[in-house]
Amino acid sequence: MSGVLETMLHSEKNAVCCKCKKSVSEAELVKRYFICPECHAYDRIPPRARIEYLTDKDSFNELFCADIDADPISFPGYAEKKAASRKKSGETEAVLCGTARIGGYETCIFVMNSEFMMASMGTVVGDRIASLFEYAIKRKLPVIGYAASGGARMQEGVLSLMQMVKTSIAAKKHSDAGLLFIVCLTDPTMGGVTASFATLGDIIIAEPNALIGFAGRRVIEQNTGGKLPESFQSAEFQLEHGVIDGIVERKDQRDYLTDVLSMHAEKWGVKA
Amino acid sequence: MTTEITAYEKVKLARSSTRATTADYIKGVTDKFIELHGDRRFGDDSAVIGGIGTICGMPITVIGTEKGHDMGERMARKFGCASPEGYRKALRLVKQAEKFSRPVLFFVDIQGANPGAGAEERGIAEAIAENLYEFGAVKTPMLTIVIGEGGSGGALALSVADEIWMLENAYYSVIAPESCASILFKEPSRASEVAEYLKMTAPDLNGFGVVERIIGEPSDFTDDNAVAKFMSDLKVQIAEKFAQLKKTSVKKLVARRYDKYRRIGKYTEL
Repeated sequence: MSGVLETMLHSEKNAVCCKCKKSVSEAELVKRYFICPECHAYDRIPPRARIEYLTDKDSFNELFCADIDADPISFPGYAEKKAASRKKSGETEAVLCGTARIGGYETCIFVMNSEFMMASMGTVVGDRIASLFEYAIKRKLPVIGYAASGGARMQEGVLSLMQMVKTSIAAKKHSDAGLLFIVCLTDPTMGGVTASFATLGDIIIAEPNALIGFAGRRVIEQNTGGKLPESFQSAEFQLEHGVIDGIVERKDQRDYLTDVLSMHAEKWGVKA
Repeated sequence: MTTEITAYEKVKLARSSTRATTADYIKGVTDKFIELHGDRRFGDDSAVIGGIGTICGMPITVIGTEKGHDMGERMARKFGCASPEGYRKALRLVKQAEKFSRPVLFFVDIQGANPGAGAEERGIAEAIAENLYEFGAVKTPMLTIVIGEGGSGGALALSVADEIWMLENAYYSVIAPESCASILFKEPSRASEVAEYLKMTAPDLNGFGVVERIIGEPSDFTDDNAVAKFMSDLKVQIAEKFAQLKKTSVKKLVARRYDKYRRIGKYTEL
């Protein structure tokens, strides 16, 4: 794999911070783990760049990347919307799966891509994640998942809803095999993804300030008639309410994951 | 039996306040029923009824969302929108059913999980996820009947089962058609058209292999005689299904349940 980070480091291009909307150089973003030098917000990381930050050099081996363009209920406008996402992201779907080494430990990893239709979960995303758990069971490997999502992909109707069950029971099977599952919730993780595999890890961490919840803020405000505090559904809110184990900054995540892996032996699928 | 009605007309029928609710079904299909309350953690959710009973003499666990009929009942039942406590009560009762080898019967009629600030604070997403995670592997027969609204994740977390049956005018959807029309087309008024797109009716779900049986319903739920006949027929169908599922080894049952969900949108063979 050619280094995405290396390329961006020498890029002359500018990107726009998704929070403050200021123009920042790509090279500067790469040096700062995609944290905006202007407003210090955690900007979104392209999944292949994320994998490079986290994993040992050249250790990532992509799996389940077959190009499947599912439109199971022929929902009007879906094909066009997805085609635009595919073109923009250069990816075939909203999740990237594979195996890699982190601090020398072999692991399965998946990273969701919020640039791809808001990382919503349709049948292909569900199939890739369930397949990764099944692969991890066969190979006796841990799974590390980076979640991000707007929720279930409504353009695939009830079939997308069923992916919540599919991924959750695959996670359960992996757990019943005695294997380790670590989740990192990134901005934003909402709806059907929060309400399925994303909150089923043995250890669940989140990035600072990430939006994490089930129902959207506007829906809750309409329902309760009151304005919610700014911190509502933030990673810090979820830590306070006992939903996550901790908040880990980007620069520390590789070491954190390495430490957690190191505390689990081969019996639980962790192999150096 | 009604035929040739649109998806959105079915949605309206599914939401009708005269329709039988979970409490009516429990009365109609069980010989005896004892309600059991509380999640043993925080509280008791009045939107979810759970308990033990018998059906044609067979002990079962019954769990369902209850909307109530009139405004007073609907308020008291929080319009059937389950909270984390409701999902956790359900999990507790399902685990208890597994312990005593009782089949589990779910009645689903929910617009969606409680969209309140308190529900978020008490981990509604985790409560739903936990049920999906656990119910897939519960070692006892499980049957779900969608009697009205099957609203998204809130319905899903009380419906993972060996078989799902749906009343002919019930719906089961990833999102309410009004919300979908509003988000994707910026026009809530296009709900009727979007209801068709979403493929959310009983025949649609039957075609996807999500729903095994479509239950014909009385043309008028206020006709007591018709409803009594409907309930007694349904009771026999449920009892027969449980008797049949009980003959299957639990190991096979759980493996089959896994495969059922695994097959929905399967593109990869390992």
